[in-house]
Amino acid sequence: MEINFEELFESKLAKNDFIEPKDWMPENYRKHLIRQISQHAHSEIVGMLPEGNWITRAPSLRSKLVLLAKVQDEGGHGLYLYTAAESLGISRDEMLDALLTGKAKYSSIFNYPTLSWADVGAVGWLVDGAAIMNQVMLQRSSYGPYSRAMVRICKEESFHQRQGYEIMTHLAFGTAAQKDMAQDALNRWWYPTLMMFGPPDVESPNSENALKWRIKRETNDQLRQRFVNQTVVQAEYLGLTIPDEKLKWNESKKGYDYSDPDWIEFKSVIKGNGICNKERLMARNKAHKEGEWVRAAAAAYGKKQQESQVAA
Amino acid sequence: MNLNDALFKYSIRLGDTSLILAQRLSEWTGHGPFLEEDLALTNITLDIFGRAKSLLEYAAKIEDKGRTEDDLAFLRTDREYFNALITEQPNGDYAKTIMRQAFIDCFDLLFYTALAKSKDETLAGIATKSIKEITYHKRHSFSWVMRFGNGTEESHTRLQQGFDEVWAFTEELFEMNEVDEVLLKEGIAVDLSALKPLWLKEITELLDKANVQIPEGVYMQKGSRKGIHSEHLGYILAEMQSLPRMHPNAKW
Amino acid sequence: MSDSQGPLWEVFVQKKAGQPFVHCGNLHAFDKEMALQNARDLYTRRGEGMSLWVVPSSAIVASSPEDMGSFFEPSNDKIFRHPTFYQIPDGVGHM
Repeated sequence: MEINFEELFESKLAKNDFIEPKDWMPENYRKHLIRQISQHAHSEIVGMLPEGNWITRAPSLRSKLVLLAKVQDEGGHGLYLYTAAESLGISRDEMLDALLTGKAKYSSIFNYPTLSWADVGAVGWLVDGAAIMNQVMLQRSSYGPYSRAMVRICKEESFHQRQGYEIMTHLAFGTAAQKDMAQDALNRWWYPTLMMFGPPDVESPNSENALKWRIKRETNDQLRQRFVNQTVVQAEYLGLTIPDEKLKWNESKKGYDYSDPDWIEFKSVIKGNGICNKERLMARNKAHKEGEWVRAAAAAYGKKQQESQVAA
Repeated sequence: MNLNDALFKYSIRLGDTSLILAQRLSEWTGHGPFLEEDLALTNITLDIFGRAKSLLEYAAKIEDKGRTEDDLAFLRTDREYFNALITEQPNGDYAKTIMRQAFIDCFDLLFYTALAKSKDETLAGIATKSIKEITYHKRHSFSWVMRFGNGTEESHTRLQQGFDEVWAFTEELFEMNEVDEVLLKEGIAVDLSALKPLWLKEITELLDKANVQIPEGVYMQKGSRKGIHSEHLGYILAEMQSLPRMHPNAKW
Repeated sequence: MSDSQGPLWEVFVQKKAGQPFVHCGNLHAFDKEMALQNARDLYTRRGEGMSLWVVPSSAIVASSPEDMGSFFEPSNDKIFRHPTFYQIPDGVGHM
């Protein structure tokens, strides 16, 4: 009997079953996943840079340890995601090449600068907070390796947002200068964070397929709304003001009304015009280039080891 | 020098050496030669920072003047720092970083293994925990020395260069002064002179397998036991201490 | 798949002695020792394991989805392989 692969694929989606690497899948599904997972991986890797910017200046030994562990986790998450994408038939080299030449996208949030120690707090609290909403949803995505990577990532991420909020707490209840630092960071990171959920649903070109394929399970606007709702109370506790005059509880939708971020700025940063776009790519290129001889040496040594084993 | 003074200075020396080394290593995080290795080196960095924290905590406790480990780390000047000169040397390329690390890992494993028998319980405890960590660090750095030494011509050249840049700072690791003498009598400190031949034997074997030449008659640098450093430490501290110094009354 | 990042490896972690080794992910490494070290640094950062296997991905032989019917369905009707297939009289105790 002929197997109808497409029907099998559709029926798996309908039953909430997972799709595994060797299963038949529509070419568009594969392409969409490769794009989404590799972008996600790139974001983790580039995301090491803005926070890494403060490792050598972390103001206490404890905060240094925590920040280092956190930045390292992000590298690990990038790695889990790269290998998940590799299971779809793309090599790490191809993905890195796309990142390093600027062909691939990564989350635009990392093209904003971390100007003060409070930014490290704000990134953890807001940016990781937003990322976690996405990631929790992706644990149930239809592609097995992606879903498994996300389960692992979510488990590890759970401390990231907390460490960010802890930094904000120390600052908000610290000296006047520290509190100013915290408010300034919130002012600068609020709207870029709202942008992280992507363009409004009416303009989101990839959402429809992603929802159908269970690669995404909630829309950009749904996630954004949830993020605003949960963040307002956290800001209030800190005594910080969210920089949005229109922010107001709306009883009928059981959520806050809020101002849209500047979508023109959003598109402009994606196009490469953020203050750090070039620096981030340069940093990745520099590390890659300077690591070239290291990888070549390791490859040559590995080959020699293998040959001597065969000979022995 | 009384015992308490000596113990404070000894703990500071060990703490500073770990702290400055970790501070240097942490410059690699996010910039490693490939992802897996970036994470591996960061794990090692974390261990060493952790050890620095424990040692400075202990130093602060012994001093008993109300200073914390953070005060010691962030509010002392370069002349009050006693880290070994080798730790403050710039990372250079990965071969130099690995060479420096192999020298230190080899020393540290011998040192902390001996310190684990110290009559000072806190130091012995920190040492016991450290031995496991350092055993792994050494396995990591030694295997990279082998890869570079026997990998490509370029990696071999770079390893030799890294060696040439760091070798002159190794002898200082074994230098002893009054602090050591006072504590040796009490069974607290490690006799560094006894470690030297063991260290030299292991390192010579490793370098031999990695085809690295050890030149004769290299002038060996010293100074850190007196708090006299190379120019690099000033910059490390300027960066590391900037926030606490900018906000003297702040807590983080 | 081999590329400039080194060949791909499969990582298996044993959580506790006596338990099976469970697949937990992949990594790139250029030799066996590096694969083992990287697995340790990547997959056991939070005390997830006490023993590790690393295997070159190229050494894995996998069944394919086309095999699903012929491989696995024939075992579905061998209900006599399961203990619930048998009736044990009351009063003979646990068996």
